Amino acid sequence: MTKSIILVGVGGQGTITTSSILAKGLIEDGYDVKMSEIHGMSQRGGTVVTQIKYGEKVYSPIIGDGEADLIVSFEKVEAVRALPYLKEGGTIVTDTREIFPMPVLTGAAAYPSDAVEKLQKEVPNVVVIHAAQTAETLGNVKAQNIVLLGALVKQLGLMEIDWKKIIQETVPAKFAELNLKAFDAGCTM
Amino acid sequence: MSKLIMSGNEAVARGCYEAGVHFAAAYPGTPSTEILENIGGLYRDEIYSEWSPNEKVAAEAALGASIGGMRAICTFKHVGMNVAADPIFTAGYCGVNGGLVYVTADDPACHSSQNEQDNRLYAPHAKLAMIEPSDSQECKDFLKKAYEISEAFDTPVLFRMTTRVCHSKSVVKLGERQEVPVRKYEKHPEKYSMLPVNARKRHIIREELLGKLEEYSYTSDLNRVEEVNGTDTGVITSGISYQYVKDVFGDSVSVLKMGLTHPLSKKLLTEFASKYEKIIVVEEGEPYLENAVKTLGFTNVTGKDKLTIQGEFNTKVVRDSLLGEQDTFRYKAEGVEVPARPPVLCAGCPHRGFYYALSKQAEKFVSAGDIGCYALAVNPPLNGFDTCICMGAGFSALVGLSRALKAQGDTRKAIGELGDSTFFHSGLTSLIDIVASETNAVAVILDNSITAMTGHQENPGTVRNLMGYESPAIDIVALVKALGIDDDHLRIFDPIDQEAAKEALEAAYQAEGPFVIITKRPCALIKEVQKANAGKHVAIDPDKCVGCRQCMKVACPSLAFDGEKKKAYVADTANCNRCGLCIQQCKFGAIGKAGE
Repeated sequence: MTKSIILVGVGGQGTITTSSILAKGLIEDGYDVKMSEIHGMSQRGGTVVTQIKYGEKVYSPIIGDGEADLIVSFEKVEAVRALPYLKEGGTIVTDTREIFPMPVLTGAAAYPSDAVEKLQKEVPNVVVIHAAQTAETLGNVKAQNIVLLGALVKQLGLMEIDWKKIIQETVPAKFAELNLKAFDAGCTM
Repeated sequence: MSKLIMSGNEAVARGCYEAGVHFAAAYPGTPSTEILENIGGLYRDEIYSEWSPNEKVAAEAALGASIGGMRAICTFKHVGMNVAADPIFTAGYCGVNGGLVYVTADDPACHSSQNEQDNRLYAPHAKLAMIEPSDSQECKDFLKKAYEISEAFDTPVLFRMTTRVCHSKSVVKLGERQEVPVRKYEKHPEKYSMLPVNARKRHIIREELLGKLEEYSYTSDLNRVEEVNGTDTGVITSGISYQYVKDVFGDSVSVLKMGLTHPLSKKLLTEFASKYEKIIVVEEGEPYLENAVKTLGFTNVTGKDKLTIQGEFNTKVVRDSLLGEQDTFRYKAEGVEVPARPPVLCAGCPHRGFYYALSKQAEKFVSAGDIGCYALAVNPPLNGFDTCICMGAGFSALVGLSRALKAQGDTRKAIGELGDSTFFHSGLTSLIDIVASETNAVAVILDNSITAMTGHQENPGTVRNLMGYESPAIDIVALVKALGIDDDHLRIFDPIDQEAAKEALEAAYQAEGPFVIITKRPCALIKEVQKANAGKHVAIDPDKCVGCRQCMKVACPSLAFDGEKKKAYVADTANCNRCGLCIQQCKFGAIGKAGE
């Protein structure tokens, strides 16, 4: 059975690093894995969507509407934007972090701060976490993505894979300790 | 052998390494860029690689390497092939000495492009062999095969990828590099000098070679039949579409997966299509395979009557189009208005400075933009330009546009903007036309010392090259002066400096004839620039802020406006690098320097 996961956030939040670590772990565990991301304009503050599929044999690298088992959102309203991807009965893990897009910054549009509460009314499985806040407490908000990785692998029941080894291989050595703590924190969320 | 998860682009780079390629050239373009980035970064000891000024130069450089006896590759995005088309059409006649592969990375759905052209149509037009991979493993394996075909059939090979093949990642088994000696260069003007007398003969030879290649195509393992007993349906597909076909149909239909898609084996298509009552052709873009099957006389063919020409497929699109919509369940978050999140110019972006200054004198100019990060200035509130066509058009269009404005008594002046890399790409020849035609227009070179939009590639103006070696930086100012632009018709300044920008635009408007503006400030995301600005940010004094919203007009992602308090505030101090643009425009002195 193929599992489909969407990671969504804003350019610069580290969604791609998270998905790379996830993919490495899944391959080491013997799964066939495909990942998809769009490069280009998304680097300039736009929405970034990374998709991962794994299973015995994976064909399409991309996930269509209504096909995602799990959406992990690094930013609050991006969870709502990604909602059409979610399959019936699927799960959303979302951070409470708010990053205002340009129309909100300039006052041309409002930011729906109650997005998560409204999401919870519609979707039975919404896990709300404070990954950015936790990462900040640990010393650097940039470790938010690894907190989310912890929460994500817990949701997927993939705790037996040696994620810490892969994190150490992936992140710069001076940030290894921070990220390992971030991962542990995420696993308890 | 070790297994890695690789993007298609990484796998092509690896394929070049394993195939013993000696020479690689390209101009950056999404979704193709990472092929040369990986070659330059990982294999510089084995493969010479360069960012050429444009795709035509890259295609010619690669052809030269091939004629000289090297295995060569040249990559481009789909629209880059238009730029390179001139040499490529003739390369089809010349053939090769060392193997020659042209990679086209098409972008269905225009993720980062100005159109959706399907470059498979180039293969029959330019008389090239064409190969289409469906995943990263095939990117590597088929590329190696492409060199064998190129050398065996004396033909350049068009290696056709799409965004999802380039940028999706899948598992790849690595191999070793095969050392291929550079073939001896031999003088053959009858083969490589395409004067009419030779070209006529080469055309005949080319048609013969394509015939032989079609015979080979029938037996080639690049094409694969996945036959299922008891089905009345045969699906013909290629590239990424194969993956969607497998997801939708599994093993319930027979599939002809075409990897060698020019010349198409008519025998193979006929044999396959004859076996089934229903033929379905699944391909993104134009009905390339479909037309080929129909031309063979088959009428029981479903294709573009159900599957869209526009945009890209996924499993759901293919399933819904062919089988009717299957599941319509969707979650909706009632009552949540999700604000748009358009890509924006980064905090500290030099382009913002120029376009902010231009917006203040917008009534004097009709502005033509170009391809690059600065294209983002088209959005409100900067509303930076009216046109954006292709690389270089931001200058060339002025030659006609300025005359058209004059002819209708419009007193506004035509102004065009492009970046340093775009200037080297094709802006230089456009500027030559502006000067030679004595066009009354303003040509602006937004020099940020890097090719930024595609992710910071080196260009002829940078002090390092793709392989990481020091390289001579071409002096844009000297080039412009050499064209005959004198100091009265030239302004050079830091675009964040609004006084200088204002004066330059006023002078440009008043001047007669060609006027050139060169803005100089490096991209805020260049590592050294980021380091130098680390910790710097601005602070807004709420007591001095009167809520006039003028600072919102600079459209910086670091600044925000609190509608309740009616005050501007710094939304992201980490992002801000204190370029100072907002400080200059606040009449109330509310914005000041802070941080390190």
